[in-house]
Amino acid sequence: MSEPVLQVREFTVEFWVDGVWYPAAIKMNFDVHAGKTLAIVGESGSGKSTTAMGIMNLLASNARTSGSVKVNGKEMLGASKAALRKARGKEVAYIFQEPMTALNPVYTIGFQIVETLRTHFDMGPNQAKERAIELISMVEIPDPEGSFNKYPHQLSGGQRQRAMIAQSLACDPGLLVADEPTTALDVTIQAEILDLMRGLRTKLNSAILLITHDMGVVADMADEILVMKDGHTVEHGSADQIFNRPQHPYSKQLLAAVPKLGSSAKRTLPAEARKQMPVMKMENVTIAYPKRGRVPEFVAVRDFNLEIFPGEIVGLVGESGSGKTTVGRAAIGLLPIKSGKLEIMGNDISKATWKELFPIRRHTGIVFQDPASSLNPRLPIGESIGEPILLAGLAKGDELNHKVEDLLEQVELPRSYRNRFPHELSGGQRQRVGIARALALTPDLLIADEPTSALDVSVQARFLELLLELQDKLKFACLFISHDLAVVDILSHRIAVMQNGLLVEEGDRDDILKRAKHEYTRKLIAAVPVPDPEEQRKRREARLASK
Amino acid sequence: MGFLKRLASVLTTLFGISVFVFVVLRVIPGDTITSSLGIETGVLTPEQIDTLRAYYGIDKPLVGQYLSWMASFLSGDLGFSYSTGAPVWDLTKSALLVTMQLALFGTILGVLIGISIGMFSARKPGSARDFLGQFFGLLALAIPGFVLSTTIVTVMANKFQYFPNGYEYMTPFEDLSMNLQQMLFPSLVLGIAVAAPIMRTTRSALLETVDKDFVRTAYGKGVKPRIVRLRHVLRNSLIPIVTMTGIQFGYLLGGAVIVEKIFALPGMGRQILDAINKREYATVQSSIMVFAILFVTINLITDWVYRKVDPRIK
Repeated sequence: MSEPVLQVREFTVEFWVDGVWYPAAIKMNFDVHAGKTLAIVGESGSGKSTTAMGIMNLLASNARTSGSVKVNGKEMLGASKAALRKARGKEVAYIFQEPMTALNPVYTIGFQIVETLRTHFDMGPNQAKERAIELISMVEIPDPEGSFNKYPHQLSGGQRQRAMIAQSLACDPGLLVADEPTTALDVTIQAEILDLMRGLRTKLNSAILLITHDMGVVADMADEILVMKDGHTVEHGSADQIFNRPQHPYSKQLLAAVPKLGSSAKRTLPAEARKQMPVMKMENVTIAYPKRGRVPEFVAVRDFNLEIFPGEIVGLVGESGSGKTTVGRAAIGLLPIKSGKLEIMGNDISKATWKELFPIRRHTGIVFQDPASSLNPRLPIGESIGEPILLAGLAKGDELNHKVEDLLEQVELPRSYRNRFPHELSGGQRQRVGIARALALTPDLLIADEPTSALDVSVQARFLELLLELQDKLKFACLFISHDLAVVDILSHRIAVMQNGLLVEEGDRDDILKRAKHEYTRKLIAAVPVPDPEEQRKRREARLASK
Repeated sequence: MGFLKRLASVLTTLFGISVFVFVVLRVIPGDTITSSLGIETGVLTPEQIDTLRAYYGIDKPLVGQYLSWMASFLSGDLGFSYSTGAPVWDLTKSALLVTMQLALFGTILGVLIGISIGMFSARKPGSARDFLGQFFGLLALAIPGFVLSTTIVTVMANKFQYFPNGYEYMTPFEDLSMNLQQMLFPSLVLGIAVAAPIMRTTRSALLETVDKDFVRTAYGKGVKPRIVRLRHVLRNSLIPIVTMTGIQFGYLLGGAVIVEKIFALPGMGRQILDAINKREYATVQSSIMVFAILFVTINLITDWVYRKVDPRIK
C-alpha cells in the first residue's frame, strides 16, 4: 500500500486543568490514505474533536501533545510554528461544524477563500479571485460570481457549509479534516453535503478524517472506523467490520443505541381513544410573529390542522424553519394565534387572555430543547420541579418536598438530587429534570420540543425508553417535536410532517414512514442516513437515481 | 423611508434640546440686565428696567421669545453678543474650529491609546501586562480632566518653562507649529479620558472574539498570528469599539468646556461658559444648538461607520 497521507502514532493530548494534566486523547494510532475516509466516532467528551484539532496543534494553550503525527511523511509534532502554518490549509485543511460561526461574519466568502489562497500561494488578487470563483462553482453554489461578494449571513446554511468546503479545498490539500461537518444542517441538506464531499474525494483523491457522532453519516462516508470512548481507542477496523461484526461491547452498545428508521414495533392506540374528545385541537390555525419596528410581520404557520387524542403520541417533524416549534408553543398558549381555532381539553383558547390561560396551564407541560438553558441555573432542581406545584397551590412545605422526590424517582434520579444545581448534572440528567418538571402537575398534554437533540445517542436511547415508560404509566398525550425521523418513529402513534409553515401530511406512523403520499415526506425519509453501510449505499444510489 | 424616519428623530431631538436650553437659561436667577449692570440694577427705575428689557427683547412672553429666536436661528441669524456687539455666528465660526480640532485630536489620540493598550492587555489575560493595562484604564478613568489639566499646566510651566498656551492662540492657518503645540496637551487630556473606556471595551471585545470559531478557522487556514489578530479578531471587535467611541464623543464635547478654559483656548466651551456668566441668552442658546447639531451629526456618522464595520446591519 502507498504511504499514508496521515500517519498518527502513540498520539496523546493532555490538558492542564487546575494543576493536573488531564488526558483527552490517549495513545492514538491510525493512518489515513489518499482517497479514503477514516471516521472517528464517539460521544461527547470522547476526545474525537481533540484528536482532530491536535494533529495540527489547533488546541487551546493549556494543551500538550506527544507521540508522532506525520503528514505526507513530515513530522508535525514539534515542528516549528512556521512549518505548521505552511502545512495548515495547504496540506491539511479543516471543515468545521457550524459554518455560521466558523466563517468570519464581516468578510465575504470570496475574501475568505482568497485569503487562504494568498496565504499559501504567490498569487495576485485577480488570479486568486478567478480561482476562488472556480472553487465556488465546484461546490455548486449558484451564481458563483455573485456569491463571491456575499457575506456568510446572506447564504443559506447549506451554502455556507459549501463555502467552507470551497475554502478548505482552495490549496488542494492532501488531507481534509471534517469535524462534524453536517451536524448543524437539516437532513436533506446533510445528504447533499455528503454527496458533495464524496464526489470531491473521488475527484481530488484526498484523504478525509471525519469526526462525527452520527452513525448514519459514518455509514454513508467511512471506509474505516475508529471508535473512541473517554480518550481511548475502543475499536478500530473497516466500516464493514465495525457495523456488522463489532467486537468491543461499547461499539455494540453504541450501535444498538442508534435509532433505526422502521425497526421499532408497531405502537397501537385503542380505537376508542380517537372517539374521545381530543386533548388538543387546532383548526385552520395561523400563527404570526407580529411586526416589530422595521421587521415586518412573519407568518410562521398557516392553516394548520391537528388533533391529539388522550394517551396518544403525535410526532411533529420538519426541517429548521418549518414552524414546528411555533406549533408546539402555540398549542399550549405560549404564543397567541392569529386566526383559526385552538381548543385544549375542550376549552377554546383561541382568544384567551393570560389570566384565562392560567387554569389551562395545569393540564399542559413542556420539555424544552436545551436542558442547560431551560433550567434556572440559580435554583436547585428541586425548586424548579416544585415550582409548578407551588404555583398551582397544590402543595407546600414537606408535602411539596415529598412530591418532588417522588417525581425525581419517577424519572430515575436519586431523591437526594433535589438540592443539586443544574450545572452539577449531566445533559441527560438535566433533561430528566425537564421531564419531571413538565410532569409535576400530571398534565394531560405534554409538549416535547426536540428534547433529545442535545443528547448523545446512548443517553438519548435511555431517555426515549423512560419517556415511553412514563407515558405507558401516566397515559398523557404528547406532541413530540423533532427533526429526527428515527426518533419520532420509536415514539409516535401518528406523525405530522411540516414544511415552510404548512402541514404537508399527517397520518398513522406506518402510513407516513412506509407509504408516504407527499413527495416532500418521501424526500425527507430518503435523506435520513441509516447506520448500515450496505443499506445506506442502496438508499443513496436510489436517491441519486431519482434526481 | 429609513432615512426620513432617522431625519425626523434627529429633528425631534434638536427641537427638544432647543426648548430645554431656552427654559433652563431663564430659570437661572438673574438676566442680561443684572449681569451687565451688577448691583447697579438696584438704582434703575422701573421705567428704565422696562426700557432695557424691551431693548434686550426679554419683555415679550416666553413663547414669543422662543419663536422669534428659532425663526432667526433657522434663517441663519444666530443673534448678537451684547457685550461685544459682534454677531454670534462670527464668534462661533472661529470657536467652532478650535473645538472641532480639539475634539478630533482628542478622539484620534483616545482611540489610538485605547485600542493599543486594550490589545496590549488582551494578549495575555491575567498576566502582568494585562494588570498594567487595566491599571492605566482605571487610573485614566479615575482622574478628573481638570486635575490632569492643572497638573500638566503647573508642571510644564514651572518645571520646564514650557507653556505654549501662554501665548496668543494661533489657528493652524496662521502658525501651524504653534497651533499644534497649543493643542497637544489639551488633546492629550481629552484623549486620555476617552482612552480609558475604549481600552476596557477593546480588551473585553478582543477576549470575547479570540475564542470565536472563525478565529480557529483562520489559524486552521495557516494565516499568520499577527494577521489573525488584526484582520480577524480586531476587525470583529470594532463593532463595540465604534459604539463606545460615539458615546465618548459626547463626553468629549462636555470635557472640552473645562479643558478650553484651563488651557485658555478660545473654543465653543469657553464661549458658552462666558456667555452663561453674562446671561447672553442669544449666544448661549445659539452656541448650544450648534453643539447639539455637531453631536447629532457625529451620531449619524457613527451609525454610518457601524454599517461599514458590520455588514450584517441593514
